[in-house]
Amino acid sequence: MTGSLRAFVLRLVLVAATLAAWEALVRLFSIPAFILPTPSSIFIALYRGFASSLYIDHFGITLVETLLGFALGSTLAFALGVTVALSRRVEYFLYPFIVMFQSMPKVALAPLIIVWFGLGLASKVVNAALVAFFPLMVNTIVGLRSAEEDRVNLMRSLAATRGQIFWMLQLPNALPYIFAGLEIAMIFALIGAIVAEFVGAQSGLGMLIQSMNFTMDVAGQFSVLLILSVLGLLLNGLVVAVRRRVLFWDPSQKIEMAPSNKGGAS
Amino acid sequence: MRVAPTGAGGRDVIAVRGLGKTYGAAKDAVDALCDIGFTVAEGEFVSIVGPSGCGKSTLLKILAGLMPPSDGEARLNDAPIIGPRRDIGVVFQSPVLFPWRSVLGNVLLPVDVQRLGRERMTARALELIALVGLAGFERRYPWELSGGMQQRVALVRALIHDPALLLMDEPFGALDALTREAMNVELQRIWLERRKTVLFVTHSTSEAVFLADRVLVMTPRPGRIADVLKVDFPRPRSLDVMTTEAFGSHVRRIRAALNAGGGLE
Repeated sequence: MTGSLRAFVLRLVLVAATLAAWEALVRLFSIPAFILPTPSSIFIALYRGFASSLYIDHFGITLVETLLGFALGSTLAFALGVTVALSRRVEYFLYPFIVMFQSMPKVALAPLIIVWFGLGLASKVVNAALVAFFPLMVNTIVGLRSAEEDRVNLMRSLAATRGQIFWMLQLPNALPYIFAGLEIAMIFALIGAIVAEFVGAQSGLGMLIQSMNFTMDVAGQFSVLLILSVLGLLLNGLVVAVRRRVLFWDPSQKIEMAPSNKGGAS
Repeated sequence: MRVAPTGAGGRDVIAVRGLGKTYGAAKDAVDALCDIGFTVAEGEFVSIVGPSGCGKSTLLKILAGLMPPSDGEARLNDAPIIGPRRDIGVVFQSPVLFPWRSVLGNVLLPVDVQRLGRERMTARALELIALVGLAGFERRYPWELSGGMQQRVALVRALIHDPALLLMDEPFGALDALTREAMNVELQRIWLERRKTVLFVTHSTSEAVFLADRVLVMTPRPGRIADVLKVDFPRPRSLDVMTTEAFGSHVRRIRAALNAGGGLE
């Protein structure tokens, strides 16, 4: 359609104009490169990083840390969320721990995690899992408890067992909450991995930012930030794609989908 | 002056005796139901009519085994109802369909729960879906259907496992008046074809009379049966029956019973 094409072209022009204005202002006022580099120098840094395969190696490491942390954190969060949601007794005894951990900024644990799990992959995965854990656990609990009374009564009137009520009603009913939790967990896992790399690491994009900071390579840092935001978009897109397939029946999907259809970033 | 609250002839599917339900305890206790007694014969269609708060939904919950009574007992095919049973079908006020299941999937829910075998029951499900006029909609999802269509799916779901008893709790209460009348005619047609024993709860006097062989009139505080009347218009009844004098006198009698019981303000 011509209308949406025009809007798309307009959007590209706006981005190009912003970059041009940035470039011009930095050159006009001779802003030093260690304060604000020009877009052109950022793109050159980006090109060099990829040409030397430096960025690709570190990108791969951060990606693996994030995905493993996400998998570990969300598996544990789902399992514990189900246990708590189904058993009031477990909830009663775990509640103090949950509240304590929930109110604590999880990234503050990163230095301890490095001490316990070393400078390698394990500490990044554990930290990513820890940060990703809570949003999903809380959403799992809320989702499993949100089944409408009428629906539960229907299942009970059919003489359904507790297990059947869980598998046929509570779990599918909780999926919108669980996917909302997974989306947050994915981005949180990336944050957890980067923070752990800041604190102590031999590789990864977070470590790269840290080392570039020491050498005042600000253009390089900008180029890595660009990679990180693309990585975040890709990871989020992965969860959203799965969610759309699984939750085709959820009416709130359609409302949410409309604006993000045209490649808008969150 | 009271007609015996029992069905004429036939084996009793439901027998309720001295049934009472009290919510809360001691001085805060509220009597929802008091000394309810009636029977429903096999293949009979009985309506229970009463205003909101007369305990008719409580009664249905007890019969569905979702809630124990405080006094007395309810028997289904001569066995006391002490918990949910597999031989009862329930239609609620809202359709209560699962949005992640298609029309066919929703209809097969009791089959899945009671492990009756999808292969064996799918043919029956398709036949029942066609019976309520939803052929061609099997693969659709609930949000693609109108309110009346959704309630038809709920009806088929309640019939799929061939229950001995169908409990209907104001199933058409959420529909507009025209759809509601159409659904009443539909329900009668389906009932004539399948001859299930039906207990139908409503707050509409005309709906109760139109559908039922017998009408139990309930009044609130505490919920009890104030009157029982037999309706013997020939079937199938058309909506025109509602304009006859005999129909009007039934409705007037129900209103009188409700008024005397303080059911209507």
